[in-house]
Amino acid sequence: MDTMRERFASVVSRLLDDDPRLAVVLAEIGKDGFTDAARTHPDRVINVGIREQLLIGVGGGLALTGMRPILHTFASFLIERPFEQVKLDFGHQGAGGVLVSAAGSYDWPAGGYTHMAPGDVALLDTLDGWTVHVPGHPDEAETLLRDAVAAGDDSVYVRLSAHSNSAPRDIVPGRFLTVREGRRGVVIAVGPMLDGVLTAVEGLDVTVLYATTVRPFDERAVRATAGAAVGRVDVVLVEPYLAGTSTAAVNDALADRPHRVLGLGIPRRELRRYGTIDEHLAGQGLDPVALRKRISAFLR
Amino acid sequence: MTFTDVHTGYGYEDLPRLMSLMTGDEKHGPAATSTLDVVWVLYDRVLRVSAAAGDAPERDRFLLSKGHGPMAYYAVLAAKGYIPESLLAGFGAYDSPLGHHPDRVLVPGVEISSGSLGHGLPLAVGSALGLRAQGLSGAAVWVLIGDAELDEGSNHEAIAYAGAVGLERLHAVVVDNASASHGRPGGIAAHFEAAGWSTATVDGRDHQTLYEAYTAPHPGRPHVVVARVEAKV
Repeated sequence: MDTMRERFASVVSRLLDDDPRLAVVLAEIGKDGFTDAARTHPDRVINVGIREQLLIGVGGGLALTGMRPILHTFASFLIERPFEQVKLDFGHQGAGGVLVSAAGSYDWPAGGYTHMAPGDVALLDTLDGWTVHVPGHPDEAETLLRDAVAAGDDSVYVRLSAHSNSAPRDIVPGRFLTVREGRRGVVIAVGPMLDGVLTAVEGLDVTVLYATTVRPFDERAVRATAGAAVGRVDVVLVEPYLAGTSTAAVNDALADRPHRVLGLGIPRRELRRYGTIDEHLAGQGLDPVALRKRISAFLR
Repeated sequence: MTFTDVHTGYGYEDLPRLMSLMTGDEKHGPAATSTLDVVWVLYDRVLRVSAAAGDAPERDRFLLSKGHGPMAYYAVLAAKGYIPESLLAGFGAYDSPLGHHPDRVLVPGVEISSGSLGHGLPLAVGSALGLRAQGLSGAAVWVLIGDAELDEGSNHEAIAYAGAVGLERLHAVVVDNASASHGRPGGIAAHFEAAGWSTATVDGRDHQTLYEAYTAPHPGRPHVVVARVEAKV
């Protein structure tokens, strides 16, 4: 099976053949995946060098001329470093584009904190109108990427990861998927957290919703699931980025119902450990054993 | 938004009066007019744009990156029929489209929303690439930046890249009123030249000299015109 990033390169390379409005903008990172596409479409595969402010500015400029830009690099350099460009060169211009990140929160633990951006989705939450997709499998990444590219002039963020679930789910962009049903609470697993969550809640009487689009947040799914419960609703979020990023979204969805929310994800404090993704998840309290303890304690 | 009550019979001599509708001043010092001649000559003699064909894909683009002090720009837009003179008095008011930094969503003819320095040149690079990718290779992209604006590092990402790839349809005009605290040893043009740009440094008040610098051929290279005006005091 290919990785999400490999799928991104192959799918977008094909889309470039079909849609003259598309252009890919890179800042060195990821260019190898587009070697062939760059030969076929030299004017629409653009590598600006290690220049991330320019990466976003070029994307905005392309959009202003009517193109649909697809920008890619690691999340730290796509969202955090040039954040004012994301804010002004897209939204403030009334322009849109597709921003596709890799490395996310913990994809390269040995690379350390400089290559981790757990705050990316929270940062985008300060801006208007961004759709945020978090696929949990390469097949889902393809579905969501195709949806993002076809979304008119919307601004869309697609958060690819090296962390993946073992099998794809039959997702619909923008919608949460009910994976299992129970009566004691609702666990919302985002993207690559699903497998770990399902292992963690084995034998627990809970509903599991699977979220691969987190903005806009599928409030209807949360309300529909909560509607089946009696009395207070307990919701646990398990997100592969900053803990609590979607807590406010759950609160908004359940504003007229008694509820509690536990937001699990990457803490603010730096772990300052290297190693593997599995070790990192365990260190952050997000492996199945830790998740089970934390979810059970909250629902008790 | 388009306006039906615009007027196009204005000349350069009308600009001070149009500006005074915004500033309330009869006369304007060098700071308020630092971009006036530079922008006027572009709109009057160089840019292939018109208010009537405001959205034509093949039009030239003028991006005002240095968004502060836009009175001269608005005056030129009024003189060229993009906005009615009657709007100018509302400059900065709640219900006016004319802010102290221009907003492309609100003002016809304004190609970018600016105000935060260092965004125009990267957006211009992207615009030039976008036009080229669509086969609109006749369209020129112009971006106006200030000499102190060059302090922003984002410009240098754009200058280095555009020079390296020879982005011929990209043009910058740097209005140099010596307002950068730390100056630029070697001069502004030398900086662009080292990055592979075609350059010209001229008197930013002399219309014929500006015109010649704007229209100088620069095959295979982006072009910058450094327009010197009175030093900001």
